[in-house]
Amino acid sequence: MKKIGNSLLTSVLALGLAVSTQASAEEVVNVFNWSDYIDEEILAEFEAETGIKVVYDVFDSNEVLETKLLAGSSGYDVVVPTGTFLARQIQAGVFQKLDQSKLTNNGNLWNVVSERVDKYDPGNAYSVNYMWGTTGIGYNVDMIKERLGVERIDSWDVVFDPEKLAKLKDCGVYLLDAPTELIPAALNYLGKNPDSRDKGDLKAAEDLLMSIRPFVRKFHSSEYISTLANGDICLTVGWSGDILQARDRAAEADNGVTVDYAIPKEGALMWFDQMAVPADASNADNAHKFINYIMRDDVMAKASNYVYYANGNLASQKLLAEDVIGDPAIYPDSGTMERLYTIMPYDPKTQRVITRLWTKVKSGS
Amino acid sequence: MDRKLGRFLLIGIPYFWLFLLFLVPFGIVLKISLSDVAVAIPPYTPTFDLDNGWEGIKAFVGNLDFENYVWLTEDDLYWSSYLSSLKIAFVSTVLSLLIGYPLAYSMAKAPSEWRPTLLMLIILPFWTSFLIRVYAWIGILKTEGLLNQLLMFVGVVDDPLHILNTDTAVYIGIVYSYLPFMVLPLYSALEKMDGSLLEAAQDLGCTAISAFWKVTLPLSIPGIIAGSFLVFIPAIGEFVIPDLLGGSDTKMIGKTLWVEFFSNRDWPVASAVAVLLLLLLIVPIVLFQKQQERAQEAEQ
Repeated sequence: MKKIGNSLLTSVLALGLAVSTQASAEEVVNVFNWSDYIDEEILAEFEAETGIKVVYDVFDSNEVLETKLLAGSSGYDVVVPTGTFLARQIQAGVFQKLDQSKLTNNGNLWNVVSERVDKYDPGNAYSVNYMWGTTGIGYNVDMIKERLGVERIDSWDVVFDPEKLAKLKDCGVYLLDAPTELIPAALNYLGKNPDSRDKGDLKAAEDLLMSIRPFVRKFHSSEYISTLANGDICLTVGWSGDILQARDRAAEADNGVTVDYAIPKEGALMWFDQMAVPADASNADNAHKFINYIMRDDVMAKASNYVYYANGNLASQKLLAEDVIGDPAIYPDSGTMERLYTIMPYDPKTQRVITRLWTKVKSGS
Repeated sequence: MDRKLGRFLLIGIPYFWLFLLFLVPFGIVLKISLSDVAVAIPPYTPTFDLDNGWEGIKAFVGNLDFENYVWLTEDDLYWSSYLSSLKIAFVSTVLSLLIGYPLAYSMAKAPSEWRPTLLMLIILPFWTSFLIRVYAWIGILKTEGLLNQLLMFVGVVDDPLHILNTDTAVYIGIVYSYLPFMVLPLYSALEKMDGSLLEAAQDLGCTAISAFWKVTLPLSIPGIIAGSFLVFIPAIGEFVIPDLLGGSDTKMIGKTLWVEFFSNRDWPVASAVAVLLLLLLIVPIVLFQKQQERAQEAEQ
């Protein structure tokens, strides 16, 4: 769930160009993954080891991926939707069951993750976890201290209390352009079930979001990496790994900006990006080989060390860099883990209500 | 006999083209707009299936209804984004005309050996991808962008202007992108104008300015109409520019369609919006052209 939102480039590409999947003599696997989500060395090493050419293509919104899958004949062999989207796509018959006998690295998986994924993909029959993360608050430490007088953020108050957020208006507040992330957060803050579909609850969430709307500069799902790192904004609700990337970019640039990420004490949304194989994949066998390769402990560790997201691979944990496995923002402690919540996909009717609500919030009227 | 066949073919080809590239796609969209959402590939039902023969077709037709159109009337979102698109497209067209007319006029009056070069300069931006040109405007308009730096350097403003992510940025983007479509038809209308008409007007006592209003402008009306249509029609359905340059509160029908299609996964309602957009747009334009043709015939 790295970058939802209307990513234009991707949607233009996704709808305009059909991916060519000629079954030439050369063995290929067509992979469609999130942008900035892999260490490209992994792809080169896979090619060298197996002789299978990887055609790697990226998207930055679940919606674009889903529309492409639902149109049929996407031409991809491996795709990486987020759990909530995956569940609906399984129901629509988009994917084929994985052949577990080909996934010999199955023993590496982490039951903490696969048990949670079970509600999206019963029995983990159709998918294998690639990465998971949380949706929390990224902030500029100095600007927040200056305006709110606190060393660090530990509560959703700073976002959902209009009085507090008003103090941050001048330095810039971003929110993810993703109703399925912000509405559960608002519901959770109100003490309601984050996965509620009740009309009254949703109305309460809408009122809460409308009350903070005047202080939000922009709704966007990827721009905050650079704006936060450059010091152009002081607060964003965003995805863990993206904010940590902003933190590292700011540290590397040595521009006097210190970024930090908080999983607020009230809890945060936990999401899972899952590798799956479309039912009409023309290279299903190679797709299994690719997934199995990614499931290797050293490969998965390399991927996480590169993108700063946690993975669902227990065996890889001993190979992770200290600033990944030792960072509670990436691998939260067990107390924090218990406060993380998950949500289920909305049915079409509720989806409509949610989208409409979101349009209202974004347009501010 | 042969001649008849030849004539039939000659007329038939454009009609066949129209049928293949307009009516067939329109029919498909219309059909989807009468369907219902489903969690399936493709995400709507019923789908066309000839295997069940006549009964299948009857069942298929029986499953179509106008529910989605009724839905559109129940939420003011569609209407307000349509109106807002109309407004943005209209203002952009007027701005393009105001900027494009002097441009085209001076091009048409330029020495004839310059004209190919000037025309080339108008067409030159098309050599770069449309998407990249719109992206470039982000760099120009953003708070720390080129425009603000220039304005602050010159001392026109003290604080940077917030232009990006507002409707103003959308106007700038549309006018910039579609200006050539306004200039080219205007230029061709102005260029072929007979200069002796102006001389006659001046001989009869017109000043240069009133000659312009009485002779040049009326004669360039076909160019104005063609240019305005070429800007107005694509601007209404524009998606790229409001998405990249507009703010969260910029409402345009293109964005509404995107949300319907991608966020709601509701292809039937998205199709219904598209069909209505087409009807609301094409019908008045066809009527307008008919009326224009009649007026021209009446003149002759």
